[in-house]
Amino acid sequence: MLLGFLNNLINGISLGSIYAIIALGYTMVYGIAKMLNFAHGDVIMVGAYVCFFATGSFGLPPVVGVLLAMVVCTVLGVVIERLAYKPLRQAPSLAVLITAIGVSYFLQNMALQLWGSDPKSFRSVVPTGSVSLLGGQISVSYVTLVTVLACVIIMIALTAFTGNTKLGKAMRACSEDKGAAQLMGIDVNFTISMTFAIGSALAAIAGVLLCSTYPTLMPTTGSMPGIKAFTAAVFGGIGSIPGALLGGILLGVIEIFGKAYISTQLSDAVVFAVLIVVLLVKPTGLLGKKISEKV
Amino acid sequence: MKQMRVLSLAATAALTVSLLAGCGGSETANTPAPGSSDAPSGSSSAATIKIGGIGPLTGSAAVYGVATQQGAQLAVDEINAKGGLQFELNFQDDENDAEKATNAYNVLQDWGMQVLYGCTTTNPCVAVASSTYADRYFQLTPSASSTDVTSGKDNAFQICFTDPNQGSTAADYIAEHPELGSKIAIIYNNGDAYSTGIATAFRAEAEAKGLEVVSETTFPSDDNTDFSVQLGDAQSNGADLVFMPIYYTPASLILNQAKNMGYAPTFFGCDGMDGILAVEGFDTSLADGLVLMTAFNPWGTDDLSANFTKSYEEKYGSTPNQFAADGYDCIYAIAAACEKAGVTADMSHEDVCEALISTFTASDFSVDGLTGAGMTWGTNGEVSKAPVVVKVEDAKYVTME
Repeated sequence: MLLGFLNNLINGISLGSIYAIIALGYTMVYGIAKMLNFAHGDVIMVGAYVCFFATGSFGLPPVVGVLLAMVVCTVLGVVIERLAYKPLRQAPSLAVLITAIGVSYFLQNMALQLWGSDPKSFRSVVPTGSVSLLGGQISVSYVTLVTVLACVIIMIALTAFTGNTKLGKAMRACSEDKGAAQLMGIDVNFTISMTFAIGSALAAIAGVLLCSTYPTLMPTTGSMPGIKAFTAAVFGGIGSIPGALLGGILLGVIEIFGKAYISTQLSDAVVFAVLIVVLLVKPTGLLGKKISEKV
Repeated sequence: MKQMRVLSLAATAALTVSLLAGCGGSETANTPAPGSSDAPSGSSSAATIKIGGIGPLTGSAAVYGVATQQGAQLAVDEINAKGGLQFELNFQDDENDAEKATNAYNVLQDWGMQVLYGCTTTNPCVAVASSTYADRYFQLTPSASSTDVTSGKDNAFQICFTDPNQGSTAADYIAEHPELGSKIAIIYNNGDAYSTGIATAFRAEAEAKGLEVVSETTFPSDDNTDFSVQLGDAQSNGADLVFMPIYYTPASLILNQAKNMGYAPTFFGCDGMDGILAVEGFDTSLADGLVLMTAFNPWGTDDLSANFTKSYEEKYGSTPNQFAADGYDCIYAIAAACEKAGVTADMSHEDVCEALISTFTASDFSVDGLTGAGMTWGTNGEVSKAPVVVKVEDAKYVTME
């Protein structure tokens, strides 16, 4: 019973840390550009495909595959921002939201055209195998260890980056007040582009780790994890970097426990029910800051 | 205004002409048929029995449709090359969509179809079968395995096992081979009729045979990616055989996750598992030791299978799967029945339908095909044959006793 509980907990943390990495991308972009980038999940899918072809068809080592995926996704993210979102900087947020959904469909259909609908089996970039604990009764796979580690490192790096570097401070300034930031001599457009670049590079890492854990790759691979990760970001308090990590891991653990102890059918319903309860009690999410709107 | 009238007159005239041309065309197309029936059969290409085919050639189920089309075309070419009755196959795409399948069926009716070969997938097949029943077309499906396809329709026949039949056969096989495992876990997709149908029949038969089912877990859709809970439940209950009546995409994830967990029971699948070795990028060593029931083993050593695999590979450049073999067998079954019933190219589809129904259900009609020897059919349209159980070794199927 206890062993089963521990195993489920480990599986939940493994799933949750993937949600957390995706949620970090969502939260970065939302916090700074104040827009929901619904295409984020599909950038993840593109990153996974790039890595799949780099390591599978061209036989490159996994590290090169991951780096290549990051480069392609970074360029893709910046291009999407430049072409689709920048012209709408002054438009109502609803227009931007709809555009983001459009970009999401565009990426999915492009992938369908380029790579077909057959599911591909992703070769994990992490060696398969596991570490045994408690005399082999509990096992933690290498990919889980790598995912959790990557998640924590990225969270710490992002916190340090936004807190200490010049660009990071510019990002925080933009997130608080774009107009004032511009008056202080900050290039707002460049700062937002950089945010998309970082968010998309994170998406590439998330895509590779997602497909290393669950090795089926299809054009729709990114959409459901994308929605779950968005939920995680809201859960933890959207805009907050530690909040994304906390929200992601909690969401993963709740999902797995819901499956194990309530019903495999209702696990998604359980996840969203918890979200609703949290938002009723704490509308800004677990670690979200309450920002009063100034008129 | 006047100009308009002239224009509309011209348009009407053009329509009338095209209508007449249409009539003339169909007349000329029809006239040779009775004429040629006087001539010795098989001498002219005009006297062909028209077989319509329906299946997904594009979309997410395209693998199945393309295979059934190619297998059937290969059989048509072989039969025509032998002389005797001549056949022509017109295969239409339905994208695994019931509405598009009905459109395809209408196109085939206009073409003058006499026998329907299809549909490939269950949902479109159920939709089309109710039309063929009303319109009196004989229908033989290679792979739509639900009992909904045939129930209550005397004209619809299957060459594949029905879902419940697969489930009970699997339980019987496991009961007879205790070395595979004695404590059974079932993982199935309860959002899918195929998977649930097999699992339900398996559970009932397993109970009847006294098999011990220690864990039974489900998942809601084929998009599901995390199976840690299901596998964890099987492992903690000590299951040494995991029965998976599911499609190959979730199955490939289960095999992968089981390996990461260090859990190595015998995995036992059904015909939906066929195709797992063809997934691009799939590490085939994961499937080593996987046991599955399939209708056909492309690496089988008997002459029929070996010849079929060879000519299929020559013609299409890929290894045939069971759907290709089902399609091949369908055409041979139709041809054998036409031969026996004395069907000719000039018969109406209603007459062909009645003749083939009585032939298929006749007690002395049996077909030896790739997917089974001595296949016979009951009046309910279901086939009776023994399944082939194979084990995956080095990315190939090895037939088990």
